[in-house]
Amino acid sequence: MPTTFMSRNDLLLFLGFTIVVLAMPIWLAPFGAGYPDLLQRFMIYGIFAVGFNILFGLTGYLSFGHAAFFGVGSYTAVWSFKLLTLDAIPAMVFAVIVSALFALVIGFLCLRRSGIYFSILTLAFAQMSYNLAYSVLTPITNGETGLQLTLNDPRVLDAAIGQTFVGQPVPTLFGQQLSGYAGFYFCAGFLILAFFFAQRITGSPFGMMLKSIKSNQTRMQFTGFNTRPYALSAFVISGMYAGLAGALLAVTDPLAGAERMQWTASGEVVLMTILGGVGTLVGPVIGAWIIKYFENILSALNDNILARFWSFLPDGMADFMVTVTSKFVGDGWHLTLGLLFVIIVIFLPGGIMEGVRRIAAAVRRSGTPAAKTQTQPAE
Amino acid sequence: MANSNVVLHVADVHKRFGGLHALADIDLQVEEGQTHAIIGPNGAGKSTLLNVIIGKLAPTSGQVVFDGAILTGRKPYQINQLGIARVFQTPEIFADLSVLHNVMIPAFAKRDGTFTLNMLRSLDSETGIRQEAEHMLEDVGMLNRKDMQAASLSRGDKRRMELAMCLIQHPRLLLLDEPTAGMSRHDTNTTIELLKKIKSRGMTKVIIEHDMHVVFSLADKISVLAQGRIIADGTPDEVRGNPKVQEAYLGGTH
Ligand SMILES: Nc1ncnc2c1ncn2[C@@H]1O[C@H](COP(=O)(O)OP(=O)(O)O)[C@@H](O)[C@H]1O
Ligand SMILES: [Mg+2]
Repeated sequence: MPTTFMSRNDLLLFLGFTIVVLAMPIWLAPFGAGYPDLLQRFMIYGIFAVGFNILFGLTGYLSFGHAAFFGVGSYTAVWSFKLLTLDAIPAMVFAVIVSALFALVIGFLCLRRSGIYFSILTLAFAQMSYNLAYSVLTPITNGETGLQLTLNDPRVLDAAIGQTFVGQPVPTLFGQQLSGYAGFYFCAGFLILAFFFAQRITGSPFGMMLKSIKSNQTRMQFTGFNTRPYALSAFVISGMYAGLAGALLAVTDPLAGAERMQWTASGEVVLMTILGGVGTLVGPVIGAWIIKYFENILSALNDNILARFWSFLPDGMADFMVTVTSKFVGDGWHLTLGLLFVIIVIFLPGGIMEGVRRIAAAVRRSGTPAAKTQTQPAE
Repeated sequence: MANSNVVLHVADVHKRFGGLHALADIDLQVEEGQTHAIIGPNGAGKSTLLNVIIGKLAPTSGQVVFDGAILTGRKPYQINQLGIARVFQTPEIFADLSVLHNVMIPAFAKRDGTFTLNMLRSLDSETGIRQEAEHMLEDVGMLNRKDMQAASLSRGDKRRMELAMCLIQHPRLLLLDEPTAGMSRHDTNTTIELLKKIKSRGMTKVIIEHDMHVVFSLADKISVLAQGRIIADGTPDEVRGNPKVQEAYLGGTH
């Protein structure tokens, strides 16, 4: 395990990440994923996963309720669009602040327990938030229908500077509409920023404390650290990331519904992180991209497309294959996701990043046999 | 007894686990700068006594006073910040982290206190703490293993690393729970040498040890614990000649 931190390596990683992200419209085009709508979601869920990893990957606390902060971010952003201005920046700022406050309260309560009890508490709070959003708080969340922008929204700041819109209101940045590729680059900027902060946190003394809490919380306490505020900080930071991601989703599609706070949404970010590699910097982002990619491809498939795909088989066979495969696509794509997840956890518990490391190690071994002695020090 | 020198006072401490009287009426005074050994057969309550001192366990009654401050009721991290560090019987280390980081972490606690939100500073820029940790690893003879993952260390090395983790905090009181248990003769000897070396630094130590060779070469005072009670107390020579001690040891399994 390399333990010398070379800021040079950090810088290279950051630059590499930035280039890969900004060039996504180009290199994803051959995969049929180079269009703004999907690219925006890659960015948004990448941010969500990077932040989630700070709590789960670094600190070792598995939250099953982070969709709540994502949802709070969305609602806050939409309210900012409705009440203040269609400009995205104030919406993002408010969303991050409000989700931080939410995370502070929920984190404070949930962190009184650790392990599975912590996870269950987060799940309970998130489901409570979902139910509040769905029914009790209908005046704020517009319940089942979801919170939308309308022509009659006050938008006091826009009104004050005499800005008026014709047609359906769309979020903007300094008057520029944030749809299509503009929306993608706006989100990409935030993902790059989010990655940069995660990198800084991981490489800081504070990040080392989080890793030590994951490694041996008892030792931390006997070493003179009050671990509670460290874990709470990690919780709030990851909640802010979730709020930021939720706000971006509202920027690209200004509609906030309660379903994005549901437990399945919380579970999804857990899957993204584990699939990519818990505790690694890029792993969670890759996990998010893969899940969103397959969701996009598989959920769009239907029986007609499958029938065309299997048409080379004899009739009876083709019908059979269509029936079987149709269970794994469309609304049933979660079945595929579950299968993929099981395979990863069993064969590659460190996620895709572990696979990458193994391949890299194998390549290095076959190249220079001397390098082997360093990885297995003698007792 | 000259009270002015007493830095640690365990006063009338009882600890019950259900029906088990693990510590009974313990009164122990440790003088500043001395090495105080606690010996006794397995299950005598030695580790329990240390657990009470560092706040891992609350005594059923009685209290522990360290340099005028009542420890009982304080959190373990507060007790550590008062200057008490402990090497555990089974190593308590950060197994996933490198040896160097294991030793750097306690130095941060000493310098920055119980909580600091230093998330934008880089670990690379902490050259002071890094060098301190490297010196400490050199002291315990482990500098060449600094980049290894702590989990992959031998048992003896884990102990020595844990000792370095405690020493880097320059504690006023160091508690050692069987620091040589399970070590080879060679490792035991290096550890004794190390403990002798830090003895000259004048920190107060409480050491639990089975190996009489280690005890008699290090201790200024010895307390003998058996079935939760202190049955003898004194200088090594006084304790050696005490018939009660010989009886407890002949009867006990150690
Ligand atoms: N947390 C605990 N709960 C219940 N019993 C305990 C606990 N810790 C220690 N004991 C019991 O107290 C007695 C003393 O244990 P200990 O202090 O570990 O002895 P030793 O002198 O060998 O270090 C033993 O009988 C042990 O089983
Ligand atoms: Mg013991």
